[in-house]
Amino acid sequence: MASLAAILGSGSMTNSIPEIEGMEVIFIIGSNTKESHPVIANRMIKAYRNGARIILADPRGIPMARFAEVHLQLRPGTDLALLNGIARVIVKEGLKNTEFIRDNTQKFEEWEKSLEPFTPEYVESVTGVPAGLIVKAARLYGGSRKAGLFYTMGITQHTHGTDNVSAVANLALVTGNIGRESTGINPLRGQNNVQGACDSGALPNVYPGYQKVNAPENREKFEKAWGPALPDKPGLTATEMFNGSIKALYIMGENPVLTDANQGHVVHALEGMEFIVVQDIFMTETAKLADVVLPAACFAEKEGTFTNTERRVQLVRKAVNPPGEAREDLSILMGIAGRIGLPASYCGAEDVFAEMGSLWQGVQGITYGRLRRGGIQWPCPSKDHPGTRYLYKTGFPVGRPPFTVVPFTPPAELPDAQYPYLLTTGRNLFQYHSGSMTRRVRQIEEHAGRAYAEISPADAAALGVKEGDVISITSRRGTIDISARVTGGIRKGIVFIPMHYAEAAANVITNNALDPVAKIPEFKACAARIEKKTA
Amino acid sequence: MITLTIDGKKTQVVGGATVLEAARKLGVYIPTLCQHPKLTPFGGCRLCIVEVKGVPRPLASCTTPAAEGMEVTTSTPQLEGLRKTVLELILSDHPDDCMTCEKAGNCTLQELAYSYGMRENRFRGERRTYAKRDANPFIERDLEKCILCGRCVKVCKEVQGVSAIDFAYRGFQAKISTPFEHDLNCEFCGQCVSVCPTGALTGKGWAKKGRQVEVNEVDTVCGYCGVGCNLTLNVKGNEIARVTSREDTWNEGWLCVKGRFGYKFVNSPDRLTTPLIKKDGKFVEAGWDEALQYATDRLMEIKGKYGPDAIGGLSSARCTNEENYLFQKIIRAGFGTNNVDHCARL
Amino acid sequence: MMAMNLEIKVCMGTGGMAAGGEGVLKAFEAELKHNGLEAGFGKCSSGKVGCRGFCARDVLVDVIVDGQKTTYQYIKPEMVSRIVKEHIMEGRPVAEWEVKEDYHIFHDKQIKVVLHDCGEIDPEDIGAYIERGGYEAAKKVLSELGPADVIELVKKSGLRGRGGAGFPTGVKWEAARKSPGDVKYIICNADEGDPGAFMDRSVIEGNPHSVIEGMIIAAYSVGASNGYVYIRAEYPLAVERLRIALDAARQKNLLGKNILGSGLDFDIKVKLGAGAFVCGEETALIASIEGERGMPRAKPPFPVASGLWGKPTVINNVETLANIPCIIRKGAEWFASLGTEKSRGTKVFALTGKVKNTGLIEIPMGIPLRDIVFEIGGGIENGKKYKAVQTGGPSGGCIPEDCLDVKIDYESLMQLGAIVGSGGMIVLDEDDCMVNVARYFLNFTQSESCGKCVPCRVGTKRLLEILDRITKGEGREGDIELLEKLSQDIKLTSLCGLGQTAPNPVLSTLKYFRHEYEAHIRDRKCPAKACRALITFSISEALCKGCGACMRACPAGAITGEKKQPHKLNQALCIKCGSCFDVCKFKAVVKE
Repeated sequence: MASLAAILGSGSMTNSIPEIEGMEVIFIIGSNTKESHPVIANRMIKAYRNGARIILADPRGIPMARFAEVHLQLRPGTDLALLNGIARVIVKEGLKNTEFIRDNTQKFEEWEKSLEPFTPEYVESVTGVPAGLIVKAARLYGGSRKAGLFYTMGITQHTHGTDNVSAVANLALVTGNIGRESTGINPLRGQNNVQGACDSGALPNVYPGYQKVNAPENREKFEKAWGPALPDKPGLTATEMFNGSIKALYIMGENPVLTDANQGHVVHALEGMEFIVVQDIFMTETAKLADVVLPAACFAEKEGTFTNTERRVQLVRKAVNPPGEAREDLSILMGIAGRIGLPASYCGAEDVFAEMGSLWQGVQGITYGRLRRGGIQWPCPSKDHPGTRYLYKTGFPVGRPPFTVVPFTPPAELPDAQYPYLLTTGRNLFQYHSGSMTRRVRQIEEHAGRAYAEISPADAAALGVKEGDVISITSRRGTIDISARVTGGIRKGIVFIPMHYAEAAANVITNNALDPVAKIPEFKACAARIEKKTA
Repeated sequence: MITLTIDGKKTQVVGGATVLEAARKLGVYIPTLCQHPKLTPFGGCRLCIVEVKGVPRPLASCTTPAAEGMEVTTSTPQLEGLRKTVLELILSDHPDDCMTCEKAGNCTLQELAYSYGMRENRFRGERRTYAKRDANPFIERDLEKCILCGRCVKVCKEVQGVSAIDFAYRGFQAKISTPFEHDLNCEFCGQCVSVCPTGALTGKGWAKKGRQVEVNEVDTVCGYCGVGCNLTLNVKGNEIARVTSREDTWNEGWLCVKGRFGYKFVNSPDRLTTPLIKKDGKFVEAGWDEALQYATDRLMEIKGKYGPDAIGGLSSARCTNEENYLFQKIIRAGFGTNNVDHCARL
Repeated sequence: MMAMNLEIKVCMGTGGMAAGGEGVLKAFEAELKHNGLEAGFGKCSSGKVGCRGFCARDVLVDVIVDGQKTTYQYIKPEMVSRIVKEHIMEGRPVAEWEVKEDYHIFHDKQIKVVLHDCGEIDPEDIGAYIERGGYEAAKKVLSELGPADVIELVKKSGLRGRGGAGFPTGVKWEAARKSPGDVKYIICNADEGDPGAFMDRSVIEGNPHSVIEGMIIAAYSVGASNGYVYIRAEYPLAVERLRIALDAARQKNLLGKNILGSGLDFDIKVKLGAGAFVCGEETALIASIEGERGMPRAKPPFPVASGLWGKPTVINNVETLANIPCIIRKGAEWFASLGTEKSRGTKVFALTGKVKNTGLIEIPMGIPLRDIVFEIGGGIENGKKYKAVQTGGPSGGCIPEDCLDVKIDYESLMQLGAIVGSGGMIVLDEDDCMVNVARYFLNFTQSESCGKCVPCRVGTKRLLEILDRITKGEGREGDIELLEKLSQDIKLTSLCGLGQTAPNPVLSTLKYFRHEYEAHIRDRKCPAKACRALITFSISEALCKGCGACMRACPAGAITGEKKQPHKLNQALCIKCGSCFDVCKFKAVVKE
């Protein structure tokens, strides 16, 4: 989300979910919305029934394709070329929003020039999407002034993920499709409180509310509030923490062994550490490597707030008691804080939230009293502020957002003679993330408990593989055995694996090459080899 | 705006509103079964019939658009008689097993039967019987209790965009069916379960976990994806009996399979229940004091040995804002490093 | 000296084909060729024509020599050579095979407007239709009249919808014309579903172009560019002829872009229905075309405002549309001069049941029912006594003897509790049990209910159950009142026309034949001796000759007896099949 924040001032959804039903055009790229964000998909379907037209860019025939007027089935990792190609058509056909560009943006001319090579024909040759469809998509999106863009990890989990996001932002800027109701850019967050974790400062470079740690005035403010002196240089990102310099790791509610790219690398790094504390609700693959395991409470067992993907802060209420000796994370954290001499005696979650509000204006106006009546979308700077449904109504905090020149770079690893398939990963509807929750729900396991890899009928035929056969998939980093699912929804030469299954973990083979800015690994494209396993 | 009169009271509604919506706006009660405010009108149950001046026959208020100057009467002896006939017809093809039905106490049909005092039935006759044979682990379909209100069909099509079910067969044998009577195979969002006005659709895991009067309803937020749907945990004792969602929240009561049916991990026997310390490669149960003291001692020791930047903290996108806030505060202010992150990128 | 012109027309509607029309036509062609006759005539043609109505006499053949028409009935291929030899070659028509007086009576009372060309022209030859003035109306409309003029003309003609409801066609067109929208549709409803009805089928089989022409005119008037014919898949011949006709019309630019240079773009698609009765209901029909299950929607909005895919849509029945070209050609005044003040023009009926002459008839509105039954129909078969006419199919009602002089028009029939409907007309005699008639129709509507609304789905089932038990002799005191109450409630609460009219057969038979119901319930007797559970068979000792025919016919072994001695029937074994009654030549088997 770093790129979007850099360009516009914030990295979150600019619209709220209910606004989706008012959109004229919905452009979804790199998001399997119906499976990963099903209830947002419900809104899109509502919009569709109201007459909204949907453009979908995804390599696979995902469920949302049924509602798409244009489905751009691009090769994984070629999003940049596609986005630039669409932008070029918009500019060439006079669909650009001249006034908006003049009044609100900068660096248009330079960017416009950079689009020159991205003719529909060239883009077709790179992406595999027919030129006519590229033009059609451009006319649809560029022809509307009430259009919404949606993306998720399909865009960001690449070595050039930051560039991808910039290219998405360029489309919104060139058409002026931002800053109005039902009009904007919407990255959909994958986990229940990713937005909130970022907001609350669980990032190496910023304090709560995205206040940079290397800005002295911010440091002073937080030192004053918290007491001790604070370090001035940004810390390591999660992925960088597995590069050897960390000797002790405190992990709260994460399972990097399963969720990070290149599992072998992560396990090796953890094994090399001197001390690991894991605080979780299950004995995860990561917890098994820990020195101390602290039993925590799940969402149904505690008080607090989650902030969803549209910046809506909502109250989490306790419904049942944690099992056995398990405790709420907050109380565990207070126990640690007290033992290291950090004053942290809060009466409860409400108290903590109030402290955060005093240090970040964005949520200053939000109180538990208000939240009991319903969620509030930040920014909400004062007690009488209703919250903010969509961002940038009155301009951009960064001033004039720039167009970003984004040259096309292919994925870090491309298919070759040795590894002829392009592997991509994602979620399915039934399982969730590393599966630590859903895989312990008997019903879900009964229905969707088996790992699988999707391959095209043509590849299946070439490999002599039938539905349900076991295949082994190998990359430069590892091998997994997995059952084959043959589907017409995927293109020849591409293989898809859902990330949820530890027994055939996709991330044994994915590439941990990082995006240079956002430090996100390239989960979405790597080269692989497939062999049929003889029974 | 359109002005019309309902039971002598004048009201104004926007063009396109139905007579039923106008009546609800006035607070006038009209019984309904098939109508659902989030779905397009169906007009099948015929309970919401009203009299409109100048129209010779009663009209279904759920499908009749309000018109300027319309004069509507919602309750007359004739209308109530007709409603009673319709209700009696529905009940003549419905099992009398409220005493064991999952839905009892939370069933629109039961409430209507009660308020209309249905004891005798003039129309007793054949009842449809079906074998329950769905293999899916989420949704229980008891078609004998189905009144063919069509809400499930509509929600599946209009809200979920799936159309996994539809009407099939004709006449008295008409029923809601999957294509070619296959087992239900869909996204299992359970939207259909949430809108079913009878016990025809329930959750498979709900059986005997508690009737609605016994459960404590706790409103909270879903713990799965970033959409953050409103959930209501229906709790009996220390166990979640089922999950529902309120219609008046931003997600309109809609959920996905994980949110609605993926709650059983909470009571999973695999849950960690006591702090553990690894000794000689094996986890040994420990008390909280011991575990916390040991953990902080070790962390401080390593900090002392290598400096604060040898410490790292991985926070969680699964934890609350307050927990994340406190965690990063501990890493920054307590251990003196900015090495704090979470899996936003994954 | 041989004649100059020869024309042979073989009836080849579905009825004619079933009777062997194809073989007859082939035989004629072969005979003419064999005898070298084709060259001998100035003009010689032999061909198929559509139904001319009197299907009971098929295969009907017209042999027209120099304009002199002779009609033969019950023709089989082996009879052809004699006709060719004696009639055509020797000039002596085969009198014994010619139609008789009753054939002419059957036709004399009819006035054929819609059926004018049916049975006269080859339905697969657009040229034959054009030769008789076909498409002149469309040309006239497209070149001379404005859409509003056409609508005015149709309104003036007084034409009302022939599908059953009788809504004024011109008013419907006008409403659709005035509905805002750039896309509009014309749908021809050819989903004829009433049991025993074959009016629309015969029109399409006999003269499909008349319907197409009507649709073109409707499209022009309403401003539609797309048309559909929704026709049952069970009508394969009609579908085939319709498709041939559509292709021919497209080739002549009577359909397609810029029709005849008028600027009108209009084309017609054929949509096959899957045989659901309810799809004749216009909103269900629309749902079916849209690919949904055929279930009715609430009205309003009416299709003229929001129909197919939410666009303004006119749905007209086949017969309604087939009337349009005649109205344009001959004028509104001419059309209005036929029929009665409120019911103008003619109506096609499918006359079936216990009359001597069954078939397709077209009569001017307003003639008495008695004329249809006793003149056109030739009276009741086998000298039995008239009991009732059932009109309007499952939505209709019965007309008893007292009301035989009722004029056939929309309002008069409605007053009696019957309806004109789409044109089904079933004649019942003394052997028909009226409770059973009601049960028959309820069984039909119940099994054809779409299941959407409660009163229709469950209510008709309960009506049927009550009727069922009455005919089985298990009727209860209070059942009649319950039938009446439930019928009224179903009528008032059902969503669509199917449910709203489904109780009509019950109410109508209760109105005129209540005593039959009472006899079933109170006396456990079926006055018509039709309900098996309520009759007993016995053998009259006095009349039985001991021939043994009944004993041989009995499938249950219930009859015993010595030769030439009176036989005995064991009631315990009797299954009341009536076989003994039917075979006894001496009327010794008594049915009570």
